[in-house]
Formats: sequence, C-alpha cells, structure tokens
Amino acid sequence: MQITFRDKTYETKPNITARDAIKKIGMEPEAVLVVVNGKLVTDDVVLREGDQVKLVAVVSGG
Amino acid sequence: MRCKKCNTNAVINMRHHKLALCGEHYGEWFLAQTDRAIEKYKMFSRDERVLVAVSGGKDSLSLWDALLRLGYQADGLYIGLGINDPAPYSDVSLDKTRAFLESVIASREAAKQSPTSDAEIASQTPLAMTFTPTLHVVDVQETYGKTIPQIAQEKNRGHGKPCSSCGLTKRYVMNRLALEKGYTVLATGHNLDDEAAVLFQNTLRWQTQYLARQSPTLPASHEGLVKKVKPFVRFYERETATYALVRELDYVYDECPHAVGNLTNFYKTLLNQLEANSPGAKLSFYLEFLRARGEGVFDGFNQQDQLHACEVCGQPTTAPGRCAFCRMWDVSAIVQ
Repeated sequence: MQITFRDKTYETKPNITARDAIKKIGMEPEAVLVVVNGKLVTDDVVLREGDQVKLVAVVSGG
Repeated sequence: MRCKKCNTNAVINMRHHKLALCGEHYGEWFLAQTDRAIEKYKMFSRDERVLVAVSGGKDSLSLWDALLRLGYQADGLYIGLGINDPAPYSDVSLDKTRAFLESVIASREAAKQSPTSDAEIASQTPLAMTFTPTLHVVDVQETYGKTIPQIAQEKNRGHGKPCSSCGLTKRYVMNRLALEKGYTVLATGHNLDDEAAVLFQNTLRWQTQYLARQSPTLPASHEGLVKKVKPFVRFYERETATYALVRELDYVYDECPHAVGNLTNFYKTLLNQLEANSPGAKLSFYLEFLRARGEGVFDGFNQQDQLHACEVCGQPTTAPGRCAFCRMWDVSAIVQ
C-alpha cells in the first residue's frame, strides 16, 4: 500500500492504523494529518489495500 | 473515531481536550474557540478595524476567514518579500491570498443577492454581511529597492539566512501600515506550536526580557506602536491545518525555502515528540507560562518603557538614533 507525503511515496503493509503507518515511515504523528480516499480522517483509521493515502504536513508557510 | 456531537466520522481527535469532532462540528468549535480567545485576552471588539497579516499560509488565511465569519471588520496586509528563487514562493503566496479574498467577496455578494437560511450566514451580524474586506499589498522591492534575500545577503545579517532581515522588515512594515491606515489592532496567525517553540527557545536561554514580552496580546504600550494580537494562540498547529482543510482553503502548502530546517521547526519537532507521549504537554507548557506571567513572575524584566523615536522614521526603537530597520535599509530620510 502506498502513502504519499509531499513529493515522496512510501510503501507499507495494509491493515494497520494510520498512526502506526506514520511511525513506521519515520514520521511524527503529531506533525501530519491523514487524508484517505480524499477524506480527512483521524489517525486511528485502519488502512486497507487499495486506499489512496496522503499525509498533509501541519507545518507549512513560513 | 466518532464525532462526540453527532457520532459521524471524526476528522480530528484532540487528545489534549479528549474531544473528537466531524468537519461540521469542528468548524463550529473552532470559531467559538477563536471568539473565546479574542474575548479572554481582550484583543478587540466588533467595532474595531482589524488588520490581519496574511502570508497565504494556512494560519493567516484561516485567521482572516474565521474573523470574517465571526463578523469582525478584518482587512488583510500582504508583504511581498521577493522570495522567488528557486521557486516563485512569494508570487504564489500573493496569488493565493488574492484568490481567497476574491472568493470571500464573491460569496458575500451572492449571499446579498439571495439570502438563504444557511446557518453560517444567519449567524453573521448585519455588519459582517455589509463589510467588504480589503487587501493591502506592500512589495518590499518596489518600496525599498531590494528583495529580502538581496538585502540579507548585502548586509550579511542572520548567518547566511534571510530570516532575521525578513522578520525585522515584516514587523516594521506591519506596524507602519497599521498606523498609517488607522487600524487599532494588528492580528497575526501565530498558533500554539509557534508560541511553545519560541517559549522553549527563550527558556533554554533564560531570555527573561523576551519571556516578559511574550503574550497573546501586546498593547500599544508606546506612541507609534500598534496593538498586536494572536487569536490562534490556543490552537495546535494541526488544528489550524485541519480548519484550513475543512474549509477547503487553498493555502501555500510548501514551507518558505529559507525556513526549512530552522531552529524553530527543530523545537517544534521536539515538542511534538513530547506531545505524542504526553498529550496536552504543549498546551500546559504554554498556558502555565501565561499563568506565571500573569502573576507577575517576569514583570521586573520588561524594559519596554525605555524606547526612543527613530530619528529618521519616528517609529519606536530601543536605542537612540536610527532604528534597526532604517539602519539595515540605509534609510536616511523619509520623503513625504
């Protein structure tokens, strides 16, 4: 299953929570929001095979 | 996770508040909390003209959006910094800010033409619906002859990063324009993560003068200083980002190329690691600081009464002679 963040793509196993997936790819759960199939969700959502998962950085601008 | 109010899917879980909400109820909660902060910290009233510093980012556009929806007379100020290399960061930021304003004006015009029972419109005061917001644009290169990266490089200020020159210029321009245009208050989109990171930095170095001045509301303590407020000071950064997504605000997503990897972001990362293990740590760190400050712990360190008028521009400065802005930009006289 693929997770995109900015211009990068990460590959993880499905059937884990978004929070666990974020940790697995070495990111801080507090620092990103999770959008699954175009909808903003909480990070306890279990990611399934085929989901379109996008992480949105909460830090932006400057 | 389900919304505490309606049991539909939640878009945010605020562990520090033990509160999960759906998009609709989150938007309502966010507006109510914004209004509460404005009242609690005595920021401004609906009779006052507020100038919002807008960068095109999520915080400032969310702030302008929230203030307008709450019925405040909020205009915007965009400062063109000329940061367009390697990517047109400043130009894109201005485009998104202008697009936001156009969408607000269009939706207000549409609401005037065909009043509906829409809860949002109905909740707004008559003043809010007749008020048409304005965007002031100050282009630094057009006004002072150079972009921020150019002046920073020329003056060798900030150890190779233009952030110091940028901050000094923005503070000066915001204050000057607010006074010139008759605004009683200047609002910025600083959120709790911004404030906690600054507090962390100042505490590590025991910068007591800075600690004494860090506040959600800085009164116009001296002639030539406009009142400054931070209505989002109790929101985590993920909360302002969530509001921007829920409201579908088209904001500048990329970080300023000069801000990437800076010290503030490093402290934010450390505080987020703390927050992950101890929900509410950031909130209590900041709010307990405000409580201590309110009890006068830092009163003896506030030296703002020792200000002088700059001999060139007249704006308050800590040392006699020219202010830091006039020295950096080599301003020797103001031509009216």
